[in-house]
Amino acid sequence: MKIAVLSGKGGTGKTLVTVNLAALKNSSYIDCDIEEPNGYLFFKPKDIEVEDISVRVPQVDRDLCNGCKKCVDFCRFNALAYARDSLIIFEDICHSCGGCMLICPENALSEKDRLIGRIEKGRSENVELYTGILNPGQPSGVPIIERLVEMESLSNKEYSLIDSPPGSACIVMESIKDADYCVLVAEPTIFGAHNLSMVYDLVKLFKKPFGVILNKSLEGENPSEDFCRKKKIKTLGSIPFDHDLGHLNSNGKIAVRESKKYKDLFSQILDKIIEEVENERNSNP
Amino acid sequence: MMIIAIPVDEANVEASVSDNFGRAPYYLYYISENESSDFLVNLAMEERGGAGIKAAQILVDHNVDILLTPRCGENAHAVLHAANVKLYKSVGGKAMDNIKKFLDGELELLEDIHEGFHGGN
Repeated sequence: MKIAVLSGKGGTGKTLVTVNLAALKNSSYIDCDIEEPNGYLFFKPKDIEVEDISVRVPQVDRDLCNGCKKCVDFCRFNALAYARDSLIIFEDICHSCGGCMLICPENALSEKDRLIGRIEKGRSENVELYTGILNPGQPSGVPIIERLVEMESLSNKEYSLIDSPPGSACIVMESIKDADYCVLVAEPTIFGAHNLSMVYDLVKLFKKPFGVILNKSLEGENPSEDFCRKKKIKTLGSIPFDHDLGHLNSNGKIAVRESKKYKDLFSQILDKIIEEVENERNSNP
Repeated sequence: MMIIAIPVDEANVEASVSDNFGRAPYYLYYISENESSDFLVNLAMEERGGAGIKAAQILVDHNVDILLTPRCGENAHAVLHAANVKLYKSVGGKAMDNIKKFLDGELELLEDIHEGFHGGN
């Protein structure tokens, strides 16, 4: 069962939720927040194995290139230009489609590897961790997410918890595309409700079953809760804006491993998610 | 013969200098020898990414020698630089007035090349 945890912006509590849900089960925790992965700070994994992630970009053999510019015209990302008898390749704009190499009539283009980041696999008690790390300055981490999703599918754990990147861009879509269920984490502010509406639109577009966790909940008005009520969205539970939880979290502790109170809170949420996924499977086999 | 290009918002000789290089709709294309001017349509304007590179390629393909522009991103600059196009910093107002100023030696070389406004993935 693959459960992806999303939010419209950073800092809403995706990692708090994902880490604590993963720690309850024999599971894999997939950190797809590759620009700032932080799940490992809580799990402190052991037995780390590293896999480098590269993309393929073109390189030109200047002796073979005759300046026909077919590759320049072909590249829809404008990663190639031709000026004064030489081809200029913008590696950080290249999307590694390989089209330029196919279209070159002189076979002047060949592939080379460009390192963009890595995946660290490790272990913490009952949890297998996969942490995606994008190198600074790299424009797109989608290939790292693709590899994380692939590694997850090879894992033999019954539950996978995916810590998605914030927002609703390509990289988030890649992280949820195989998910059985999406959990949207929302803050109790107008800004929080707006961010919730962005990921709500995304999961609707992907036709994923989903529910909302109201994080940092206080007494009184909650614009995110109002949004859920208006849109008839299932709420999976509320996490209180609570000093003890904040304290555990800021010390890099996993709340469900430290306190029965939080273990019960997150277990109730996870049970609800599992029930939702099973209902979904029964109604759409 | 010297060919001067300048990004403009409209295809007419009264047009103002566009604020943007890569996503300007047109370039005023001025040939010093016969003092003629024409307009190039910027096919890069609607590109989702790499507009500056494509726009620079269009100017290079049209043998532009001089570009007058308020600013330029680093990728576009790489293409223009490789083709030996010289960049001068335009001042506000009409494009034609900038060409006069350039010909009178009143414009300075554009040296602050920005990192570009590269959007999503």
